[in-house]
Amino acid sequence: MIVLEKRPQPSRAWSYATPLVAVLATMVFGGLLFAILGKNPVQAIGTIFWEPLFGEFAFYYRPQLLVKGAPLVLIAIGLSLGFRAGIWNIGAEGQYIMGAIFGAGAGLAFYPLDAWYIFPIMVVAGAFGGWLWATIPALLKVRFGTNEILVSLMLVYVAEQMLASVSLGLLKNPEGFGFPGSRNLQSYESAHNAELIAGSGMHWGVVAAFIAVIFAYVLLNRHMLGFHIRLTGEAPRAAKFAGVNPARLILFCLGISGALAGLAGMFEVSGPSGQISIDFNVGYGFTAIIVAFLGRLHPVGILLAGGLMALTYIGGEIAQSQLGLPAAAIQVFQGMLLFFLLAFDLLTNFRIRAARSEVA
Amino acid sequence: MDLGQINPVLLVASLMVAATPLLLAAIGELVVEKAGVLNLGVEGMMIVGAISGFAISVETGSPWLGFVAAAIGGAVLSLLFVLLTQFALANQVASGLALTLFGLGFSALMGQSYVGVKPPSMGDIYIPLISDIPVIGPILFRHDPILYLGIALTAVVWAALKYTRVGLILRAVGENHDAAHALGYKVIKIRIMAILFGGACAGLGGAYISLIRVPQWTEGMTAGVGWIALALVVFASWKPWRVLLGAYLFGGITVLQLNLQAAGVAIPVEYLAMSPYLITILVLVILSADKSSAPASLGRTFHASH
Repeated sequence: MIVLEKRPQPSRAWSYATPLVAVLATMVFGGLLFAILGKNPVQAIGTIFWEPLFGEFAFYYRPQLLVKGAPLVLIAIGLSLGFRAGIWNIGAEGQYIMGAIFGAGAGLAFYPLDAWYIFPIMVVAGAFGGWLWATIPALLKVRFGTNEILVSLMLVYVAEQMLASVSLGLLKNPEGFGFPGSRNLQSYESAHNAELIAGSGMHWGVVAAFIAVIFAYVLLNRHMLGFHIRLTGEAPRAAKFAGVNPARLILFCLGISGALAGLAGMFEVSGPSGQISIDFNVGYGFTAIIVAFLGRLHPVGILLAGGLMALTYIGGEIAQSQLGLPAAAIQVFQGMLLFFLLAFDLLTNFRIRAARSEVA
Repeated sequence: MDLGQINPVLLVASLMVAATPLLLAAIGELVVEKAGVLNLGVEGMMIVGAISGFAISVETGSPWLGFVAAAIGGAVLSLLFVLLTQFALANQVASGLALTLFGLGFSALMGQSYVGVKPPSMGDIYIPLISDIPVIGPILFRHDPILYLGIALTAVVWAALKYTRVGLILRAVGENHDAAHALGYKVIKIRIMAILFGGACAGLGGAYISLIRVPQWTEGMTAGVGWIALALVVFASWKPWRVLLGAYLFGGITVLQLNLQAAGVAIPVEYLAMSPYLITILVLVILSADKSSAPASLGRTFHASH
C-alpha cells in the first residue's frame, strides 16, 4: 500500500525538478500521441524542439523565438503576481485584445502625422486599455465580492466582439477596398514597433518583457508589496493580522496583469502582426497561464518557460508544414504539459512512502 | 427593422432548446460543487462531449449512441481532473483550467475530419392530440427527448439531494469534509462519483449543441457556454430548480439577441452578440452579495492526514 506523507517543508529540489520532469513526460506522451496520428514520434519531437534552434533554417526561427516568447512572458509575469496571492485573472486574452485596440487606435488617430511621441503614446494607451479591462473584475470583486475568474473570462468574449466591431467599423482601413481590418501599422513609421536590430527579432515588446521580469523579481524579493502578495497566497490569515489590505492587493494584482497583457497586445499589433483584424488574437492569453505555472510563478522561471513555450509554437508550425502534424496536436501537447506539471507537483509537497503493515 | 417577424411561440420553443446545454452542464456542476469540489473544466468537458457525441453518431448513424458516447467522453476527461485533484492533490482552479485548455485542443484534433459533416437527426417527440394543441403544443410537447431528459435530471437531482441518504452524505462531504470523514464516509470516493457525474452531464450538454442545437461540428463551438454554466450555479445559489430557471433566462437572452440580429434591429450585431456575457456578469454582481448558500468546503483539498 502506498501512502502520501505531507512534507513539513515543500521540497526545494523537487520544486525545481518538477517542470523538467513534466516536460520529459510530455515529450513521451506527446510522442505517443504523434505516433497514434501516424507520425514518427522521434522525428516529430525532434522537429519541434531541435529544428527551430539548430536546424538548417535556425537563422530564421531563432528571432521568431523572441517574437513569440515576448508576449507570453509579459502576460505570464502579470498573471503570476495574482496567482501567487490567490487572485485568478484568466481573462488575459481579453486584456490583450483591448490593449491592442487602444494602442492601435491611439496610433491611428494621429495618421498620417510623423512624430516621435506617437509610439510612446501608443504604449501608454495599450497599457491603459489592458488595465481598464482587468480593473472591471477587480472593482466588482472588491465592491460586490463577485468571482473574478468568471467575470474576467466573460470579458474575453466581450473583447472578441469589440475586436470584430472595430475591425469592421471604427478602425477599418478607409483605403482597404472594403476588407475588414485596420491600416497596417508596419507601413506607418511613427507607429511601427520595428525590430531594434534588423533580423534579430528584438523589438520593444521583447525589451518590455525583460524589464517586466526584473521588475517582478525585485518586487517579490525586495519590496513590501511583493511580500504581502506572497504572504496572502501562503497564509491568508497571517496576512490579515499583518494588516494587508486585500482590496488594494486585488486592484494592484489584476491591474498590473491587465496592463502587462495590454502592453503585449499593443506591441504585437504595432509590430509582428501589424494590423487590427477579426482573427488578431491567437490565444497567447490562455497559453500564458501554462507559462506562468510552468515557470513556478517565479519571474526567472517564467522567462525560461516562455522560451520553451515559444519553441513549441514555432516547432509546431515547422512540424505542421514538414510532417503534416495538425495544428491542434500542438495545443494538446501544451495542455498536456500543464497536466503533468500539476500532477508531479505532488512530489514537492508530499513524500510517497510504502506503508508498513502494522502488527499488533 | 421588423419585430413582427419574431414569432413568440417559436421564440419560446427555441429558448428551451438554447437553454438545454446550459441546464445539463450546470446541473452536473451543481452536484460536483455540492460535494465540495470546484471543477472549472466544464467548458473542456462540454467540447469533448460535443465532438465524441458528434463523431460516434456520424459513424454509427445513431444519435442515441452519440449521446451515450458524449457522456462517457465527458466523464473520461473528468477522470483526469479526479487524478489531479483527488489523488495528486493539485490546486482545483489550476486543474480545471488545465482541463479546459486540454479539452479545447483535444476536441479540435479529434474533430478535424468532421468539419462540414451533417450528423443524423434525432427527431422530435410527437404525441398525437397533445402536440397539436395550439401554442402549448409546439412550446412544450414537440421537442427532442434529451430536452426532457434535462428537465427530468433537474427533478432527480433536486429530489436526491433533498430526500435521500445519498444526497445527505454528498452534502455533508461538501459542507465539512473533515466531519464527514470522521463519521466514516469515504470523502474521496464520494467526490470522485460526483465529479464523474458532472463530467457526464457536461458531455451531454456539449453533444446537445453539436447534435441538436446547431447541428454541425466547428472548433471551439461551445463558445463559453461551459463558463456561463459555472456562473449559473452561483446564480442559482446551488439550488436545482433555480438552475432550471436561470438556464431558461439565459437561453431566452441568447435566442432573443439572435432573433433581433435576424430582424435587423439598429443595434450592431457585435453588441447583441456580447449581451449574454454582459448579462452573466450583471447577474453575478447582483447575486454575489449572498454567499451563505455556498458549500463550506468548496474548492478545499481533502487529505486524510489532517
